[in-house]
Amino acid sequence: MEKETRHLIEPRDFTTEELEELFVLANKIMSNPEEYSHKCEGKILATLFYEPSTRTRLSFEAAMMRLGGKILGFSEPNSTSIAKGESLSDTIKMVSIYSDIIAMRHPKEGAAKVASLYSSVPIINAGDGGHQHPTQTLADLLTIRNLKGGLSNNVIGICGDLKFGRTVHSLIKAMSRYKNNKFILISPKELSIPQYIREEVLEKNNIEYIEVEKIEDVIQELDIIYMTRIQKERFFNEEEYLRLKDSYILDMEKMKSGKDDMIVMHPLPRVNEISCEVDNDRRASYFKQAEYGMYVRMALMIKLLGVM
Amino acid sequence: MLEITSIKNGIVIDHIESGFGIKIFNYLKLDEEGCSVALIINADSKKYGKKDIIKIENYKNIDYTILALLSPKVTICEVENEVIVKKITPKLPKKVDNIIKCKNPNCITSVENYVPHSFTLVDEENARYKCEYCDVITKLS
Repeated sequence: MEKETRHLIEPRDFTTEELEELFVLANKIMSNPEEYSHKCEGKILATLFYEPSTRTRLSFEAAMMRLGGKILGFSEPNSTSIAKGESLSDTIKMVSIYSDIIAMRHPKEGAAKVASLYSSVPIINAGDGGHQHPTQTLADLLTIRNLKGGLSNNVIGICGDLKFGRTVHSLIKAMSRYKNNKFILISPKELSIPQYIREEVLEKNNIEYIEVEKIEDVIQELDIIYMTRIQKERFFNEEEYLRLKDSYILDMEKMKSGKDDMIVMHPLPRVNEISCEVDNDRRASYFKQAEYGMYVRMALMIKLLGVM
Repeated sequence: MLEITSIKNGIVIDHIESGFGIKIFNYLKLDEEGCSVALIINADSKKYGKKDIIKIENYKNIDYTILALLSPKVTICEVENEVIVKKITPKLPKKVDNIIKCKNPNCITSVENYVPHSFTLVDEENARYKCEYCDVITKLS
């Protein structure tokens, strides 16, 4: 019987046991990259990016090249037949003939799910609007697992734009599957987490959480601080922006109050929400997080392609 | 008060939210069925103030769960020889395709029009459905 094609559309597509297998594999690749450098020889990754991305696309492409495979695709749809009005389903049917696995970013929410319905090869959701970004979540989980010694028993501060940030929603959902984690959600009221995350994820699973407005009020409690970019235009008025803007910038002054073993994470790219001076602090983990992102994408492609 | 005679054999769809009778009539394409149909609009209702009612002679093959979707408080009476033999309060269907539409303007279904609008029931009490693609929740009226 033909094996069913598996996709990664959202983090919950994999069980926690399967995620652990991925993390173990990612760490093995990291410690012995040579052993895996031919795993995907003869395989082609298609990167279909319907909206701009530098970091995620390059991470996928580097991951496939480091596994010995090849890549094709586009980084903006205007130069393709999509600009002529081709449907997503037709594009996917064609590209799944040309390639063995597809990583897709699309501005519309649910696009990756639709792609998976028409694809004969694995689809990896590389971001669908404000909905999900599961490989960023895999990178986040691997970072926490490796640097904090596990995915349970952490006080996780998440700071910035919690309303529109898809990485934040995915992270809260993913971490809610592990035991005894507590969330401290730091944002202006206008940019607090959506109600469905409160109801469907946090309250439904009896997860402890509090919502506050300033980093400096809570930083001393945190095992992890996860920073996100906050845009001026998201504030309702100039006055509020001026009142709160410094509360969402992590600098060495605030870091002084943090625990010695706290880790600082950020999905990148950052603008000014983490001062450059923090980069030299050993607790700064965001570049490590990007590195883990590439290794976990390598592990993911090995698993989805079945080339273990 | 307007009087409509009882039917001999068929069904009576009662407690339709006022204004939704015509929607059910159109959805079931009752004008094409060739059977006798009475569509009563704005009848007095002790429970709801006003309601719509549809009486259909010699007609039974309906997916009752769909009626609940169109108007969540409906009841259905099956009539045989002028006697109600069965009274049904339909439950909302667990899955729904192409009846309700996702209201999220950023949902993929808003631009790829061949994609079926698929929903899963997440909250029966409040008649809330989740879009299969974008996860946005829609509440039935």
